[in-house]
Amino acid sequence: MVTGKVIKYGDNIDTDVIIPARYLNAPSPEELAKHCMEDIDIDFVNKVKPGDIMVGGANFGCGSSREHAPVAIQASGISCVIAASFARIFYRNAINIGFPILECPEAAEKIQNGDKVSVDFKTGVIADETTGESFQAAAFPEFITRIIDEGGLLKYLKERQAAKED
Amino acid sequence: MTTRMTMTQKILAAHAGMPSVKAGDLIEAKLDMVLGNDITSPVAIDVFDKAGFTKVFDKEKIALVLDHYTPCKDIKSAQLCAIVREFAKRFNIKHYYDVGTVGIEHALLPEKGIVGPGDCIIGADSHTCTYGALGAFSTGVGSTDMAAGMAMGENWFKVPSAIKVTLKGKLKPYVSGKDVILHLIGMIGVDGALYKSLEFTGEGVSELSMDDRFTIANMAIEAGAKNGIFPVDEKTLEYIKDRFQREPKIYEADQDAEYDSEVVIDLSELKPTVSMPHLPSNTKTVDEVKGLPINQVIIGSCTNGRISDMRAAAEVLKGRKVADDVKCIVIPATQKVYLQCVKEGLVEIFIESGCAVSTPTCGPCLGGHMGIMAEGERAVATTNRNFVGRMGHVKSEVILASPAVAAASAVAGTVASPQDL
Repeated sequence: MVTGKVIKYGDNIDTDVIIPARYLNAPSPEELAKHCMEDIDIDFVNKVKPGDIMVGGANFGCGSSREHAPVAIQASGISCVIAASFARIFYRNAINIGFPILECPEAAEKIQNGDKVSVDFKTGVIADETTGESFQAAAFPEFITRIIDEGGLLKYLKERQAAKED
Repeated sequence: MTTRMTMTQKILAAHAGMPSVKAGDLIEAKLDMVLGNDITSPVAIDVFDKAGFTKVFDKEKIALVLDHYTPCKDIKSAQLCAIVREFAKRFNIKHYYDVGTVGIEHALLPEKGIVGPGDCIIGADSHTCTYGALGAFSTGVGSTDMAAGMAMGENWFKVPSAIKVTLKGKLKPYVSGKDVILHLIGMIGVDGALYKSLEFTGEGVSELSMDDRFTIANMAIEAGAKNGIFPVDEKTLEYIKDRFQREPKIYEADQDAEYDSEVVIDLSELKPTVSMPHLPSNTKTVDEVKGLPINQVIIGSCTNGRISDMRAAAEVLKGRKVADDVKCIVIPATQKVYLQCVKEGLVEIFIESGCAVSTPTCGPCLGGHMGIMAEGERAVATTNRNFVGRMGHVKSEVILASPAVAAASAVAGTVASPQDL
């Protein structure tokens, strides 16, 4: 369960604007976070507070496969991303690093910039405390929940490899 | 009993060891190749090491290609390459390419025969979908997926549904694979194939060269697709002959395979097409936007840096000069393509016309180096993305085009097609 203020963007937020390629040689998540969203919202890094929630429209995270994109958003303090839909590589990357994302077209449309929103990851319920509306996000398939519960893909695989070798 | 599978689904079923799969199934499939570059591999290596893995699944089925910021543009980039170099040596990775042998990954792997028909491939680079041109299932992933692939030799996939793209007719002169894929993305949008396969079929396929097919499959991701895939035909088999190092496996979609939708494109009706800023789906014919002034032209990239692209550009540039206010940068995608350009006299044509010719690199396509734009500058580029700030300043613009249109634009100093010169 997280609660935070919403920072909202539109459709087709690509990974080049989430973290421009000129910063991909940065050595750490913290360095990446300093430039997160800079090409569409120069003020993002100043206004984002730990726990804030990013809301996007359709096809969020499209373009380059750079895992640096969800890493940069996570390191900036954003607690989760809600979008109408996600580009598939971004979706995989977020799950694989254990960063919560929720697909919910209705919430993505109705939640406004600056609203206070809480998200229950277990139930998928997104509550807009500013307007009193609530929304139901699509549940993760059980297979993906297992990956998240293990703490990411590599930990899940390591467990399985260890089990095989025993 | 009929299985009713698409070509993609058949390849995934075979690699999951299952008689059949259907759209939406979550499967674990064995991988024939796992790819990474100098941006994505260091992250994957860090994840691999931190998870405690001490061996790779198969040193012959991993490709590490240092192509994005190389020859290294700065110290930070050099540090990233050093990480990959150490890993490649530590595990004796067979397909490791560094400055001198390196080319742009998605031109290099098919050229070297490292990927081929029937393969199941992941790459930590979104344009890994390029190898669908060879009749492989090939898709882009992130660094953690790459690490998983290197450790285990398998990964999880959600079986995609598909859009059937039926091609008919034959391309007119100065119209290429790039115009086909830009036209398609303009029709269905940048999320038109989200989570899906784009399966190309129809009599028009046989009219397309392998280089055209690579260009088309390469940009499937720009429609949001998981993969783009072409049937294997005589041209495919001719291409892989004496290259592909394993036994090709040829899969065909079932006659009654289910598709979410079908798109028909008559190749003979297509005109030179461009994507205007700032989305690949923002397409116009060159006729609609010609005359727009430009400052830069890039001819190259994983989309259009192959020998037929170089020939198309040289044909237009021969005996002409790049306009005074335009910087034209030509980047053959691999060393083999570069050398071929030298042998055929194409490099001479480029230099005589006023182009800069560079060693292979992804450089300018992603705003890395070798052609970054200032505020207010506009490029026509044969690359694949025209997002905000993609090639430099946040207030610079990229227009996507074919090599012929890019070359003509370089000469005109404005957006132009070869017929306009």
